[in-house]
Amino acid sequence: MTELYIEGDPIRDEKAPEGPIEQRWDKRRFSAKLVNPANRRKLSVIIVGTGLAGASAAATLGEAGYQVSSFCYQDSPRRAHSIAAQGGINAAKNYRNDGDSIYRLFYDTVKGGDFRSRESNVYRLAQVSVEIIDQCVAQGVPFAREYGGLLDNRSFGGVQVSRTFYARGQTGQQLLIGAYQALERQVAAGTVKMHTRHEMLELIVVDGRARGIIARDMVTGEIETHFADAVVLASGGYGNVFFLSTNAMGCNVTATWRAHRKGALFANPCFTQIHPTCIPVSGDYQSKLTLMSESLRNDGRIWVPKKAGDQRDPRQIPEDERDYYLERIYPSFGNLVPRDIASRAAKNVCDEGRGVGPGGLGVYLDFADAIKRMGRPAVEAKYGNLFDMYQRITGENPYEVPMRIYPAVHYTMGGLWVDYDLQSTIPGLFVTGEANFSDHGANRLGASALMQGLADGYFVLPNTINDYLASGPFEKLDENTPEAKEAAESVRARINKLLSIDGNRTVDSFHRELGHIMWEYCGMERTEEGLRKAIERIRELRDEFWQNVKVVGTNDELNQSLEKAGRVADFFELAELMCIDALHRRESCGGHFRAESQTEDGEALRHDDEFAYVAAWEFTGTGEQPVLHKENLEYEYVEMKQRSYK
Amino acid sequence: MNITLRVWRQKGRGDEGRMVTYKVEDVSQDMSFLEMLDVLNEKLTLAGEDPVAFDHDCREGICGACGVVINGVAHGPETTTTCQLHMRSFKDGDVIDVEPWRAKAFPVIKDLVVDRGAFDRIIQAGGYISAPTGTAPDAHANPIPKADADRAFDAATCIGCGACVAACPNASGMLFTAAKVTHLGMLPQGQPERAARVVKMVNQHDEEDFGGCTNIGECAAVCPKGIPLDTISQLNKDLLGALASGKL
Repeated sequence: MTELYIEGDPIRDEKAPEGPIEQRWDKRRFSAKLVNPANRRKLSVIIVGTGLAGASAAATLGEAGYQVSSFCYQDSPRRAHSIAAQGGINAAKNYRNDGDSIYRLFYDTVKGGDFRSRESNVYRLAQVSVEIIDQCVAQGVPFAREYGGLLDNRSFGGVQVSRTFYARGQTGQQLLIGAYQALERQVAAGTVKMHTRHEMLELIVVDGRARGIIARDMVTGEIETHFADAVVLASGGYGNVFFLSTNAMGCNVTATWRAHRKGALFANPCFTQIHPTCIPVSGDYQSKLTLMSESLRNDGRIWVPKKAGDQRDPRQIPEDERDYYLERIYPSFGNLVPRDIASRAAKNVCDEGRGVGPGGLGVYLDFADAIKRMGRPAVEAKYGNLFDMYQRITGENPYEVPMRIYPAVHYTMGGLWVDYDLQSTIPGLFVTGEANFSDHGANRLGASALMQGLADGYFVLPNTINDYLASGPFEKLDENTPEAKEAAESVRARINKLLSIDGNRTVDSFHRELGHIMWEYCGMERTEEGLRKAIERIRELRDEFWQNVKVVGTNDELNQSLEKAGRVADFFELAELMCIDALHRRESCGGHFRAESQTEDGEALRHDDEFAYVAAWEFTGTGEQPVLHKENLEYEYVEMKQRSYK
Repeated sequence: MNITLRVWRQKGRGDEGRMVTYKVEDVSQDMSFLEMLDVLNEKLTLAGEDPVAFDHDCREGICGACGVVINGVAHGPETTTTCQLHMRSFKDGDVIDVEPWRAKAFPVIKDLVVDRGAFDRIIQAGGYISAPTGTAPDAHANPIPKADADRAFDAATCIGCGACVAACPNASGMLFTAAKVTHLGMLPQGQPERAARVVKMVNQHDEEDFGGCTNIGECAAVCPKGIPLDTISQLNKDLLGALASGKL
């Protein structure tokens, strides 16, 4: 395997304080240098992305008085993909008095991440979670309430308490609109300048510091240079490398990949989350997959027929011929096991020929019992919009026929490596939300993505970025700065190249084929042999892409094929790194399941003696061997053991 | 099934624009409307023609990016977002007209893509509660009667797609504005700024060249999120109260 990568020096997070875990965040906030309010006006920050992590950071830094420039590729910041999160947001409020605490949320998250995340970061996340709910309520986020007027909660996978706050099945939307409104308030106040329909295509690094970005105005095609004293990437995850995923069509890795190419390490790229409850694929034309909230597993029961190849209408299959396999295998967590476990279990029953629906790639999610127990109106009130969405997409009525679900790519735990301050290995480049790697280890628990995005943006970054900005403002730059000129020219050259190939295949056809390779070999189950094959095929396809892609139109207009082509080109490079990362990690952990490393009953088998580290990769050139830097993970508080949800 | 599309093509703001006819063959009824347009675009690209530009992102009915007028109806025949409309709503041989939102406040950028920046500016004018990060009291400090919370929620589900404007004969953005006024106005946190908010938002709405509301109700009829028309009554009530109070 050494032909695929080189091992370099280990890396360490120098920013997390030592000492009792509950005091570390306080200590860091105290030791971080401050910027006095009058000086903040002289300091500028670029923020790429306006999802929960980006919009909340832009609003908060704007309120603090910094000059913020915010960028999004959509026509409005309100459309960022955080909006599609359905189920909820965790917080250790213990409003249910059911034994929850900051420590328990911390423990559940470290365990749920299969011991591949940092204790200090996760503890801070749990601490801050409490403030997030307060902040959002103050903004007018309409969380679900009980008749007494207080907030309601529900349970999510991998935990035994009710700590999830929700707004019907539209929690992400309501939280994002809250952050968006706070952001627009700052736009009106003049502290934030908003650039919609702008895509970041390059990072500007001067004297080793991140000092700006090259962005393309997606309406006019103009290549713009923007400078700042610090750059924040809040550009989301890279699940679209699989072509089919629950991500929005525009989600992409370009911002973080461009930063990676400029020196930012990329951590744990193979850690992807396959979500168990999505609507199955219906045909080749399919452009995306739709998630059905995990909250459905609170009341729905998952099953397949006991007999392989059973073609009967599900309603005709008697109770004793059904296998409620999650309840059978994991009696204490039942249908609420973590996502990685539920997904793999679904794959296993389908591999046994017991899957349902077209191609046998589906399992039932059945609400018949819930409707009997709670009555249809109660089910409607709780899940109505999800049921409607299912019916709209499939044409089937889930109140009468059990839904069919199948796992789909949903979230990426990997991302740019950051320290405790959320700063990458490039000074002045900060990374927040799904775009960084920091809090979820090898598997993210449900309702924790919203928590992390808002924690980073409202509370963490605004208390750490000051430590860096305190040494600014940095030297004034203009478009003639050689590094900026070079960056803009490389962007123009790449665009011209994409437009001039004029081959025979569309961008989508390449993307779809890349997605098939990734799903087949770097999806729910990975093997040494498969991953090697994938690397070979990705390289071949990437070469073909650069010789045979067809992008029509010009740069000087709204050109959606051109936008897509640039993103897919970066996905090709990322895909190779994901496979190398998956190949080098010869253990199973969380969402990363290596067939060669499993227990007797088919559960993920970790090898803590060899792999209890974060794999942070350094870019050395397209198709060249990346350099692996290991960050050792130490567990002082949570004992590392085999996860058990049985 | 086979479909004939008549699609609005317009190079850019300066271009006049025209309807162009395309045939799309072998359309599956399980395809979404946008997936059918993807198929058309793949075909156009291979033929070296410019694909049809349209806004879209999440394709699950929540981001509000997509939206075209289909056979004269904003988002088409199913009262949902365009991305959630499926071809099973059409039949073999259908001729389907596809046009952008048409409103002075939403200028066409290209083909089916329009500029809805006016909505963001209405929010900037007052569509928020001023709650700087870190200033919040405990979430349970202020219980909210469930009925108020539910009413706020119903209004808060607006996705800002702009179908209400496209459907309105006056091209009014009042349902969008009213949804936000109602969402924030129903909550105790929203009270301090309630009067100023409605006045500033309505002023901005008018400045953006949206038409006035004459209670026709086409907006609510096409709204994919079912924002109720009575939010506009709420807005008028709040506006009248604010103006009459003389405190502004």
